[in-house]
Amino acid sequence: MIPLLSSIIFLPLVGVLLVALTPSRLDKCIKYTGLLITGLGLLLSIYLVMCFDKTKSSMQFVEYCPWLTGLNISYHLGVDGLSLALIFLTALLGFIACLASLNIQEKVKEYFIFYFLLMVGMFGTFMALDLMLFYIFWETVLIPMYFLIGIWGGPRREYAAVKFFLYTLAGSVLMLLSILTVYFLAQPHTFDILKLSSVGFDPHWQMVLFLGFFVAFAVKVPLFPFHTWLPDAHVEAPTPVSVLLAGVLLKMGGYGIFRICLPFFKDAAHNLAPALAIFAVINIVYGACVAMAQTDFKKMVAYSSVSHMGFVILGVAALNSTGFNGAVLEMFNHGIITGGMFLMVGVLYDRAHTRDLSQFGGLSSSMPFYAFCLTFLSLASLGLPGLSGFVGEFLSLVGAFGHYPWLVVLAAIGLIVGVAYFLYMLQRVLLGTLNPKCVSYGDMTALDLISVVPLIIITFIVGFYPQIVLTFQQVTINGIAHLF
Amino acid sequence: MNIAHYIPLFPFLAFVINIFMGRRLKVASAYVSIAACVLAFIFSLLVFQGFSAGQGSYSLGTWLVINGKSLNFGVIVDPLTIMMLLIVTFIGCFILIYSIGYMHDDPRFSRYFAYISLFMSSMLGLVLADNFILLLIFWEGVGLCSYLLIAFWYERPAAAAAGLKAFITTRIGDTGFLVGILILFFACGTFHFTDLKSVTGPESLLTLAAILIFTGAMGKSAQFPLHVWLPDAMEGPTAVSALIHAATMVAAGVYLVARCFPLFSAHPMALQTVAVIGGISALMAATIATVNNDIKRVLAYSTISQLGLMMLGLGVGGLSAGTFHLMTHAFFKALLFLCAGSVIHAVGTQDIQKMGGLLSKMKITGATFCIGTLALAGVPPFAGFWSKDEILLTAWNNHHPILFVVALLTSFLTAFYMARLIFLVLFGSARSQLHAHESPLTMTIPLMVLSVFAAFAGFIGAPIKEVGMEAHGGSFLIMAISTVVSLTGLGLAYLLYIRRIVLIPVSSVSGLHNLLVNKYYIDEIYDYVLIKPCLRLCQGSFVFDAKIVDGLVNAMASITQFFSGLLRKTQTGLIQNYLFVQILSLVLLLIWLLKI
Amino acid sequence: MIPLVYFIFLSAFLFCVGIYGALTRRNVIGILVSIELILNAANINLVAFNKYLGTPDGMGQVFSLFVIAIAAAASVVGLILIIAIYRDRKALFTDGFTLMKE
Repeated sequence: MIPLLSSIIFLPLVGVLLVALTPSRLDKCIKYTGLLITGLGLLLSIYLVMCFDKTKSSMQFVEYCPWLTGLNISYHLGVDGLSLALIFLTALLGFIACLASLNIQEKVKEYFIFYFLLMVGMFGTFMALDLMLFYIFWETVLIPMYFLIGIWGGPRREYAAVKFFLYTLAGSVLMLLSILTVYFLAQPHTFDILKLSSVGFDPHWQMVLFLGFFVAFAVKVPLFPFHTWLPDAHVEAPTPVSVLLAGVLLKMGGYGIFRICLPFFKDAAHNLAPALAIFAVINIVYGACVAMAQTDFKKMVAYSSVSHMGFVILGVAALNSTGFNGAVLEMFNHGIITGGMFLMVGVLYDRAHTRDLSQFGGLSSSMPFYAFCLTFLSLASLGLPGLSGFVGEFLSLVGAFGHYPWLVVLAAIGLIVGVAYFLYMLQRVLLGTLNPKCVSYGDMTALDLISVVPLIIITFIVGFYPQIVLTFQQVTINGIAHLF
Repeated sequence: MNIAHYIPLFPFLAFVINIFMGRRLKVASAYVSIAACVLAFIFSLLVFQGFSAGQGSYSLGTWLVINGKSLNFGVIVDPLTIMMLLIVTFIGCFILIYSIGYMHDDPRFSRYFAYISLFMSSMLGLVLADNFILLLIFWEGVGLCSYLLIAFWYERPAAAAAGLKAFITTRIGDTGFLVGILILFFACGTFHFTDLKSVTGPESLLTLAAILIFTGAMGKSAQFPLHVWLPDAMEGPTAVSALIHAATMVAAGVYLVARCFPLFSAHPMALQTVAVIGGISALMAATIATVNNDIKRVLAYSTISQLGLMMLGLGVGGLSAGTFHLMTHAFFKALLFLCAGSVIHAVGTQDIQKMGGLLSKMKITGATFCIGTLALAGVPPFAGFWSKDEILLTAWNNHHPILFVVALLTSFLTAFYMARLIFLVLFGSARSQLHAHESPLTMTIPLMVLSVFAAFAGFIGAPIKEVGMEAHGGSFLIMAISTVVSLTGLGLAYLLYIRRIVLIPVSSVSGLHNLLVNKYYIDEIYDYVLIKPCLRLCQGSFVFDAKIVDGLVNAMASITQFFSGLLRKTQTGLIQNYLFVQILSLVLLLIWLLKI
Repeated sequence: MIPLVYFIFLSAFLFCVGIYGALTRRNVIGILVSIELILNAANINLVAFNKYLGTPDGMGQVFSLFVIAIAAAASVVGLILIIAIYRDRKALFTDGFTLMKE
């Protein structure tokens, strides 16, 4: 039998090879290779979802092979309800961002090589069940991302790329130290995530190690006050990279918390949960407030990500199945919605070459499709009940309400600000009289629509019938929640 | 057969058709919407029939599982729901027909019908939902449609701003609503309306939950202090104002309180709050309406006032009175708005000081306008009289003398400002060059139909009867008082605006007049106390983010850079310097090793 | 027979001259020449010790041959670099080459 997970992870490597062997003047050919590979990846992940057994809480599709036997490092992959949605999300956004990448003009060959490497890292992170493997994939993501921002980015790309790289690296160093500590504390020494989950570390160590891992994840999520790399990176990154950054990279942080922090260090999680809840609410309210003050479209969306990811942490802090389900669902939904939002920003930027919100106005008249998509995604993002953004946030709030009623009230108030800045943005971009500068902007092309419409459909379906996603994760998540 | 859940699907289908194929359908998109609405009406009648035959609520399956409790796709079928279904679909049909004429040359004709259909769908879903979460979904759905339709003519900055204001203001209420739902869930573990009759839990917590749920209703029904959005919402097309901001959506708040009535009536504090807020809104809006010169805004304030009256009715314990008034109000207020739309359509202005003497030029509109006015003013035997009387009666019987007086005062003011409105618009002589003409049939037929209902709907009687509500003593007396009060209001307006008799010098009340014209300065106060500080906070947090949080990060980088700058000095870039250092250190090493 | 110490003095002298040259010459070719001197100083030592200490199999001589071969290779590389730099800068003075510092 073909190892499904390995095929998904290493399919993009085939892409690297193919692209590397194609002469760089055949850039059309390279782009189609990119579409082919990411499209195949999407098909494989759909196949994975179809084969997935919802009723099992254990790992499925496990692949195990000793690797560095002396150190007990193994090549160990597996998928459960927690990672399944994120893998699908990665494949989907990988494909959609690849569609958006067809607009890339410069250094197409290099771009796609880095893009594929990024895909390898992202898939690997969500599938690895060995800490060392996890760490390798985690860091694998970093390097292509650095180049993708640093070479194909905007005017301040070097600054943004270096900031992103160093910030995340600083977090990962702590994670590496924690990984090594975990290895030596566990008897027998092992890097295996599943085995380590049942070790039960010494409470004093737990605190330190939890924080060590958590800081690495918090930088990725990003959690206040470690979030400032995000707006810079987003603003400078090209559209498809922004989509992946917001859609997938941020989820690696949340995923890490669920996969490592919570099962490994239960006592620490118990002790630190109130602090997490406080930071989560700061994220929600503060992110929304800062987003309100933005004049740059992309920066506004970036800060809205900060705000939304607060709900993920809030759900984690709830330490019950409702909150956890909400957090994981919110990760999925946020990936879909914010990915779409960044595409929309990109569509506008392609036409206007500016992201300054004051430079638009009245686009509803000249770009009806754009107006529809942007309004839809904004409404989903601001948490309109009936669209997917609401369900995750609501479950997080319900989960956390039992423990932290006042914080939940604050978070709900943060939601009002969320409404305000999205509607204010819509007002500045779509409503009013048509800005004379924007007369020549054409509506979304077929390509733009193909990339956005699937996201909109998913948003609607998940919002109206959330069980469709929840059934896949429930068993696993309830298993994790059962630990507390 | 359970068919109730199909009702919202028809308008939704119409929405889908119109939004995607509207440009090709052109005028036909209106027929799609109307057909859907008629089907929904027929199905509503079937549900009514089914209910009479003993069918009730049912569930379609699990929507979510929260804390181990499953939340259903439930459909509730009871008199309250059926009343709302019939009102929404019936009035909706006529407003849609009216819209064909009213919107006939609008470039976004089909878009308009798409939004209206989406609204109908959400509204019907709202009244069918059997739990708070499902209700909340449709609740926000109608809010969204309201936003889209208020900002329908988005080229006008005022319309865009009004949409924003409406959405955010109602969202503030909804946040309270959401928290209220959460408290209720944690206090007694249910989201379902049917369980509200038997909830038990800490008294104070449930009271708090009920009051917070009421804040949602306050936002939707534009009750003080969240009423500010409704007058601005008049920027939308008038037919929208009639459907959404008069007859149906704004009544959703009243519906919510009625739906949760068991919860409220079990907690007197909460009920008291509803009554007081309703009373304040009723009186405040009515006073503002007496001086406003915008035909639609007068009606908007009147709507706030009447909704306040419904809340007051519910708050004094009159479930039947409040919902009865909801029903009659839906008819005559929709009628009034449509009449106003017809007038605006004809004369092209909303300023009543520029109108006058329109009755002779617009006979049908004028006559129906008068019927609507008499109904709203509460003159017997028109519809408003009966329902208002019921509210007064309940307030009196349940021993709320102050609220009774408030309601009486409101009905006096209502009669006064409505009389002022029609006297200025329809009677007297034209105060500016107006080329008025009667509106087309598509617009006048709905007016006529609705005016029949505005006149006679009162005889239907309260659709929802409370248990143990029998004939009360003193009802005739109260009828007489209310009639006298209404007629006094009409008479006073007659003296002031037809006879032009100056009862008191204008200068002596100019302070009050200013206060009313400026709507008690509430918008200004909000701007100063809430919006500006909030924006400043946002701006401040952005500066904090850029300077402090990000500043710290960059400072760390700078510190590192500073020290590496110092170290870098040693790297001269001259190969010979490096060599020299190498050799020197080699020599020193040798000296140390050889212990010389 | 010439005493060993003479050779050592010779090689020490050559070494010092080489170091001095490498440190003080501004011309890159001069530095290269000086480095050759240093290497040759080592060669003299290797050969002399091989002779006087009687290492078996002539290891010292083998090593000196190695050194000569590597020195040749090194100077080739060095000269290539020098030519490349010369083409770029039209000068061969070390104080001009501070690119690494910038």
